[in-house]
Amino acid sequence: MTTATTVASTALYDVPGPRTRRRHLMYGVISTVVILGLAAWILYLLFDTGQFTATKWAPFTYEGIQELLLRGLGNTLKAFAYASVLSLALGAVLAAGRLSEHRVFRWTCTVLVEFFRAMPVLVMIFFIFVALKVQPLPALVAGLALYNGSVLAEVFRTGIHAVARGQREAAYALGMRKTQVMTYVLVPQAVRAMLPAIISQLVVALKDTSLGYLITYEEFLHAGKLIASNLDYDLPFIPVVMVISPLYIGMCMLLSWFATWVARRERRDPRTRAADVAPAEPVTVLPGRE
Amino acid sequence: MDVLTQNFSLYGEGFLGTVELTFYASILALVLGFLMASFRVAPVGSFRVFGTVWVAVLRNTPLTLLFFAVMLGLPRFGLVLPFKLFAILALGCYTSAFICEVLRSGINTVPLGQGEAARSLGMTFGQTLGAVVLPQAFRSVIPPIGSTLIALAKNSAIAGAFSVTELLGTYKTLSELGYNIVWTFVWIAVGYLIITLAISALFHVLEKRWGVAR
Repeated sequence: MTTATTVASTALYDVPGPRTRRRHLMYGVISTVVILGLAAWILYLLFDTGQFTATKWAPFTYEGIQELLLRGLGNTLKAFAYASVLSLALGAVLAAGRLSEHRVFRWTCTVLVEFFRAMPVLVMIFFIFVALKVQPLPALVAGLALYNGSVLAEVFRTGIHAVARGQREAAYALGMRKTQVMTYVLVPQAVRAMLPAIISQLVVALKDTSLGYLITYEEFLHAGKLIASNLDYDLPFIPVVMVISPLYIGMCMLLSWFATWVARRERRDPRTRAADVAPAEPVTVLPGRE
Repeated sequence: MDVLTQNFSLYGEGFLGTVELTFYASILALVLGFLMASFRVAPVGSFRVFGTVWVAVLRNTPLTLLFFAVMLGLPRFGLVLPFKLFAILALGCYTSAFICEVLRSGINTVPLGQGEAARSLGMTFGQTLGAVVLPQAFRSVIPPIGSTLIALAKNSAIAGAFSVTELLGTYKTLSELGYNIVWTFVWIAVGYLIITLAISALFHVLEKRWGVAR
């Protein structure tokens, strides 16, 4: 990340001389003061509106409420685990279908992938939940799996197309069957190269588990809402946001960093370089990585 | 079919609501995205840190949580705005982080010589960035910006769940009126398809006009 910034910056400004450096230092000091002032103002507002009063923070000391939050976190992770496994499987199936030589399979899978990518996830989840009358957890998992599965199908497909042509030709020349070429030659290389993109799609899935809150699935945010709307504790909305968001953001950031780390490792790896596989592009509509 | 013909005004209201949300949030996202992208490449360290933190935090926040914090949290702060404005704020800020990253990758595609030429003409950092580099970066990243805005249109569905009038919210009223829920959803889906296809067509035209042939 730092290297990218310096490369970009050298195109934009010269190495600063002593006077410019003093000027930059002044700008830096002024902007830091402004930002700190803003932060202080927000902190003042927080105190002023009584967000740090004992009643508002009391719920977090009770064991029952801590258990409620933990259960919510567990449910979030459960939905994420199901959704990621299912979307990986669905992605593999759809990608195989789109790469098939039979027109029927290819077209069906193309239509499915395009449709599920174009639909808002929430509309799909609501449809499954309301119209098909499915329980909250399966509805959430199904919606997430359909959406992320179709995005992953495209990731897999681009990955397989990115493997150099000669690989496939050599494998056929050795007398391998189509399935063998796929499973022994193309897929392993494609998955290696696409791993960062796959992980960043999983970040999207993790983030979207919070949609479960909207269909009354008892996940982390739902637990937060329960506590926040409790009159006994003087409606602690802001304390709840302060407790919940670092955990959510932390989990997603860890996964994002993992994706970046894998990407950096892949770029250095001589094996991927020897195979001449294109590096993973941010293929998702909203990429979750650097 | 009846669901659509008998409730045309209701669908129309929801449709326009989604279009409106998408439009204003897109503008906010583009403006903030440009600003954050220029912060991230600025020579002053504190600007860079601010831009980096902005992107890292917003990109890793679930949008539902952001909506929760903005719509239910900010009023506790004494800040009471119409729900629609809150929704635009949340959607715009969230998407700006992605626009910023797209633009930043676009900046890397602008040849080094462009910036050097601008500097040798005596342009300042602001002039180099604003008049030479960013316009070209924008032109080279029109397709990804298009898909980011399509994602924004799809994400606006969450606003409906927080009682803003938009397309998905229409289903609640219609299901209370006892209409066939499957058809209700089919027409909602068609509405979203129209919006996303329109955005992608628009960006296709923009790309043809402004896209950089490299």
